[in-house]
Amino acid sequence: MVGDQINLQNIIARSATTTPSPQVRHGGVEKVTKLIDVSVCIGCKACQVACSEWNDLRDDVGTCDGTYNNPQDLTAESFEVMRFSEYEDEQGNLEWLIRKDNCMHCAEPGCLKACPSPGAIVQYANGIVDFNSEHCIGCGYCIAGCPFDIPRISKKDNKAYKCTLCSDRVFHGLEPACVKSCPTSAIMFGTKEDMLDYGAHRVQHLQGRGYENAGIYDPSGVGGTHVVYVLQHADKPEIYSGLPKDPHISPTVELWKGVTKPIMSVALGVSVLAGFFHYVMKGPKEEPEDDPDPELAAADRELDRRGEDRL
Amino acid sequence: MSHSNVKYGILRYGCWARVNHWLIAISFVLLTLSGLALFYPAFFGLTALFGGPEPTRIVHPYIGVFMSLFFIIQAVRFFGDNLIRRHDVQWMKQIGDVLSNRDERLPPVGKNNAGQKLVYWIFLATVPVLLITGIVLWRPWIADGMPIWALRWAVLIHAIAAFVAIITLVIHVYSAIWVKGSVRAMTQGRVSHAWARHHHGLWYEDVVRNEKSDAQAASPTSEVQDHRR
Repeated sequence: MVGDQINLQNIIARSATTTPSPQVRHGGVEKVTKLIDVSVCIGCKACQVACSEWNDLRDDVGTCDGTYNNPQDLTAESFEVMRFSEYEDEQGNLEWLIRKDNCMHCAEPGCLKACPSPGAIVQYANGIVDFNSEHCIGCGYCIAGCPFDIPRISKKDNKAYKCTLCSDRVFHGLEPACVKSCPTSAIMFGTKEDMLDYGAHRVQHLQGRGYENAGIYDPSGVGGTHVVYVLQHADKPEIYSGLPKDPHISPTVELWKGVTKPIMSVALGVSVLAGFFHYVMKGPKEEPEDDPDPELAAADRELDRRGEDRL
Repeated sequence: MSHSNVKYGILRYGCWARVNHWLIAISFVLLTLSGLALFYPAFFGLTALFGGPEPTRIVHPYIGVFMSLFFIIQAVRFFGDNLIRRHDVQWMKQIGDVLSNRDERLPPVGKNNAGQKLVYWIFLATVPVLLITGIVLWRPWIADGMPIWALRWAVLIHAIAAFVAIITLVIHVYSAIWVKGSVRAMTQGRVSHAWARHHHGLWYEDVVRNEKSDAQAASPTSEVQDHRR
């Protein structure tokens, strides 16, 4: 598999790091992508099971809320969930839309931008965004940063978790566990180029079947993603259990983590220096001298001296 | 042995006012150091002061709540001293004279000058904001129940409010170093007559003319009474 080297020089972005990541390697690593073809998914949840199996996760057995959603949401121990929605189109036809929800592995990851702990979130040259939980401090800023509401903090260890795209498997030339388990080939894995190519064929096929608005979900607002969907209704991604139409890092997060922080940091340093140089240039306000009247002054000094003797 | 000489010099800050102030000050410095550590990567090394990155994250909000409790007490007690008055506006207009140490040109002011009052009001504005946004972000206790939009606004507002508060702290600390005698006022409580007359003429006049006791001189309402006179 191309794009699979384990090498720390292939970390291309690192959280809370202002200096450049390793730069000298060029183009040898191809970007990988997982393609999820919603139109072929039968909702069997084999991928959920395979994910738990491979990642050694045993989430609590939850409760049934009367839908097929189980667990109902992502948790620190459920890196992916199938989200079922019953969609009725304009003609009143019912469609059962089943979307495998997990980390999208954004090219411009909001979690990585928000994280304050150096190296707790990394992006590999092959495009995978990984949480290095050893450096995670449990602040939850990644949750604020993520445009897709993916990361979850574990109640057991207060660390953030999410889909790793099975980076450990990919590094050894294997496809992610969910891909391996899928019985209908709704989940495919390969280079981004190949996946977009394959996705385009699928879209063409769907359009031929009357899904005029079929398309690939590879949102440009986050620089594209390394998990892409083939959707029957790419014009309305939100009908797939709230897939955002135009995801991007929130402007609030951009403002918080953008230029403001270096500017504020410099301003803090300047304020300290300004104080120091004011002292150097203007000098302190010394303890004032006493009354011009020598007698009153003497009395004052006497009072003050006795005051200072106190203790 | 009696320490009757505590009567001399003017009591500016009573014992509990001083203790309260320094509890806030120590907490505030710890909050600044631990907060800056997570504010910008350049300061991340400060986490070492708190036993590592994760302990820094854990300890910061507890210090914040501790400080806020004492801040409330101090804010209430110091309220009366910090109402802006006409001579404060005049003093502020002459900030150039203040900075250039041309003190003889300045109008006499009450127990606090306009700069000190401004520090009071800026902290009174920022500390509650920091407390509320900090509670929203508090893991693992609170933040899990908060919507993501609230987390996003909280991190932004917390950072900006902290910036304003830290700048104010820098000015506050520098002023104490700059104006000789003021550190002693907050550590030992008393100031000399000359100091009081020079820096806080109206307060001094009030204390001397009305023969105020220690408790009355240090009382936060002394300036209010002075103004009514």
